[in-house]
Amino acid sequence: MQSQPRSARPLSPHLQIYRWQYTMTLSILHRITGLALSVGLLLFVYWLVAIAGGRESYERALVVFAHPLTRLALVGFSFAFFYHLLNGIRHLVWDTGRALERGPARLTGWIAFLAAVVCTASFWLAVASRAAGGLS
Amino acid sequence: MSLRTPLGRVLGLGSAKEGVEHWWMQRVSAAALVLLTLWFVFSLFWIGALDYDAIQAWIERPANAALLALLVVALMYHSHMGVQVVIEDYVAHKSTKVAALVASQFIHFALGAIGLFAVLRTAFGSAA
Repeated sequence: MQSQPRSARPLSPHLQIYRWQYTMTLSILHRITGLALSVGLLLFVYWLVAIAGGRESYERALVVFAHPLTRLALVGFSFAFFYHLLNGIRHLVWDTGRALERGPARLTGWIAFLAAVVCTASFWLAVASRAAGGLS
Repeated sequence: MSLRTPLGRVLGLGSAKEGVEHWWMQRVSAAALVLLTLWFVFSLFWIGALDYDAIQAWIERPANAALLALLVVALMYHSHMGVQVVIEDYVAHKSTKVAALVASQFIHFALGAIGLFAVLRTAFGSAA
């Protein structure tokens, strides 16, 4: 597209015009987490390929997955997964025409975000307690 | 007077030739992924140990291999559609947009093929 509009048709206002509301942040977060998960597919496929490569290649992969930076990325991906999952369900409910009003939209937004935080925290707590229990 | 042919009018698809296909398949793959990803996360949890023997034995079971293959396909399909929409929305420059769309599609198909092959190879045990 050219930077100059070809005709003087009315345009919808730019996004900055609107007063910020947290539902807007939750909305863009769905796309951001979706994109992050697309990148995370690389790790998922790497894990599958490592298993297919046999015992040695899988053990090399476990070293990669144990690296603090990979761990940090995995925590990020897990939050992205839980948020995208829960907010995705919210979208599927909207698609049936339900819960679109301001009240329910805000309430379910909070639920999706907080539940994603809780799911991420409990997931890693469970992983840590299992590791402490010697099962690795 | 309409310039559209009777057949075109009956098909009702307009000049774009398609309607809600992309939107609908994004929802269908989303619904599939709700089930498949939850199955995957809970399965890994129930296996407990993430060592080679445990994971390999888990994937070797036919139902798990089939579901894992479905998961790979559904993930790539859904991710491909999502990234496509994001590129279409935010990349304004025409040729950059087309290049990004093609690159995304290539990468998703390649990752899907590699992932599927890896699942089958583990399931059929040729690398052990």
